[in-house]
Amino acid sequence: MDLSSISPTLLIASLMVAATPILLAAIGELIVEKAGVLNLGVEGMMITGAICGFAIAVETGSPVIGFIAAAAGGALLSLIFGVLTQYLLSNQVATGLALTLFGLGLSSLMGQSYVGIKPPQTNKLDIPVLSDIPVLGPILFNHDIMVYFALALVVLVWLGLNRTRAGLVLRAVGENHDAAHALGYKVIRVRLLAIMFGGACAGLGGAYLSLIRVPQWTEGMTAGAGWIALAIVVFGAWRPFRVLLGAYLFGGVTVLQLNLQAAGLAIPVEYLSMSPYLITIAVLVVMSAKRGRTSLAAPASLGRIFHASQ
Amino acid sequence: MIALEKRPTPSRFWTGITPFLAVLATMIAGGIMFAILGKDPFAAIRTIFWDPVFGEFAFYYRSQLLVKAGPLILIAIGLSLGFRAGVWNIGAEGQYIIGAICGAAVGLAFYPTESFLIFPAMVIAGGLGGFLWAMIPGILKVKFQTNEILVSLLLVYVAEAILASMALGALKNPDGAGFPGSRNFRSYPSAYNEDLIANTGMHWGVVFAFIAVIFAYILLSRHMLGFQIKLAGQAPRAARFGGVNPDRLILFCLGVSGMLAGLAGLFEVSGPAGQVSIDFNVGYGFTAIIVAFLGRLHPIGILLAGLLMALTYIGGELAQSNLGLPAAAIQAFQGMLLFFLLAVDVLTNYRLRFGNREVA
Repeated sequence: MDLSSISPTLLIASLMVAATPILLAAIGELIVEKAGVLNLGVEGMMITGAICGFAIAVETGSPVIGFIAAAAGGALLSLIFGVLTQYLLSNQVATGLALTLFGLGLSSLMGQSYVGIKPPQTNKLDIPVLSDIPVLGPILFNHDIMVYFALALVVLVWLGLNRTRAGLVLRAVGENHDAAHALGYKVIRVRLLAIMFGGACAGLGGAYLSLIRVPQWTEGMTAGAGWIALAIVVFGAWRPFRVLLGAYLFGGVTVLQLNLQAAGLAIPVEYLSMSPYLITIAVLVVMSAKRGRTSLAAPASLGRIFHASQ
Repeated sequence: MIALEKRPTPSRFWTGITPFLAVLATMIAGGIMFAILGKDPFAAIRTIFWDPVFGEFAFYYRSQLLVKAGPLILIAIGLSLGFRAGVWNIGAEGQYIIGAICGAAVGLAFYPTESFLIFPAMVIAGGLGGFLWAMIPGILKVKFQTNEILVSLLLVYVAEAILASMALGALKNPDGAGFPGSRNFRSYPSAYNEDLIANTGMHWGVVFAFIAVIFAYILLSRHMLGFQIKLAGQAPRAARFGGVNPDRLILFCLGVSGMLAGLAGLFEVSGPAGQVSIDFNVGYGFTAIIVAFLGRLHPIGILLAGLLMALTYIGGELAQSNLGLPAAAIQAFQGMLLFFLLAVDVLTNYRLRFGNREVA
């Protein structure tokens, strides 16, 4: 085993790449849950976004159009969830699961003719002078644009939630939908928009996997990333910057275990590859064990059905 | 303007009729999907729903029906108890894998001893394996209030990694010339889960599934625990005032569903699948969620839903070979079924009101 082959600089740079798909999906789900809706279909929306983005990018030759298509695909799929839970008042847990199962089937159906193709390359943003700075250069200034987009999104979501009127309405709807309704806010409209935002973000996260991180299309390629995004929202206690921290932590674990695999650690590959999931569970346990403080963070109307008559 | 008005109690008529409506709607939407894929929708629907039971080679497919429905029903019965109580075990796939590994390991440990005790020991180990795997989210939920949905699901990926390591390592066939996968149970009579009546597909797993249906029916309609399960799901606060211990209920629901999933895994691996291989699991643990909802979380309903779902599996394979319909189409088809089911559910709990909404 040769641990010296693992370079900390490259590790940090690649953990940012590994974390980006989960960060995108998690920040979208954060908005959805802040509006009081629990959408367990993140995995389904991610994988649909992955294939939509991949297919369109291959057909048009432009990754940017691919990412736009991925966001549209994710949002469109989430709209099914939105209509079912908001207008037909179905159980959110069951509908979210259905969305995941359907998304997995739909994506492998759409992706049949795209197996084994290489997508068009997404260029790294090689900022001239800055990216040549020894350690900081590769870490901060030598990524593709989506890494920065995800980071910007975290800041925008934080600003939007805490510094704008729309964010206040969204939180009001999530904390107490009856009161928000009584104040004249359109609960269902706010929630539908939030759900679609979540779907678009999950779609972007999926496309990041298929277009940049892997980059290839294989069936079921998200491999639980959507579920980990859901866990990270809980870990982050519904706060944007803690979600960022959680996603980067998880990215770090993933990259580290991949590096250990490559370095030929004595632990079998299978046990290393289950470590991100085990660590996610451990983190969930730690977070929920100190419920005293974090229970206040969960939106009070999370998962409850809203019907104006009640 | 169409408005929804909550019914004082769920309509019994609509509870019974909605699954059929959902199946019908899925057939129409699925037909449209098949047409988009360039297949004749009527031929596809007939191949999926009619040919396996009444077609030319039905004598073969009818036995497959039980083989596929057995594990689905067994798992879905366990899940339905939890779903009723608001305990969401969606990691049945993981419990299924671990049950299969534990049971198979016990059987393989005795190879090549022949004894009538080996198979029962495997059954116990399989059930226990699934039970213990489901206890992880259970105990974490009770002790630390950890979300059981996320934990049970993340454990599926852990179980898959363990399965890979077992099929390539500890349980690999020593005489297998280096191929991955365990010894085949077909060549080990004491541990093989054979058809009880030849060529009917009726193996021990199917028998257990029927027993589970009966037990669940009695539990839910005649037993105090069944009443508590229903109460905890419908009115959690009332249940707590009524002396229901929520922690015990969580552990019971997760334990039973894990055990049944583990049993299903063992019966599958020692029978139809034949060996522990890296991909012997075909997603029954997830499809069983659809089965549980399609059966309205009711034991008899689940029995019928399991048979219907098994039909779509077999019909899907048939459509794959005869019409060239992609395998993924049937998966999307099954997901669609769950959507329609949840959508028409609104009619059970709400009344449609046409005309202008009166001012409150």
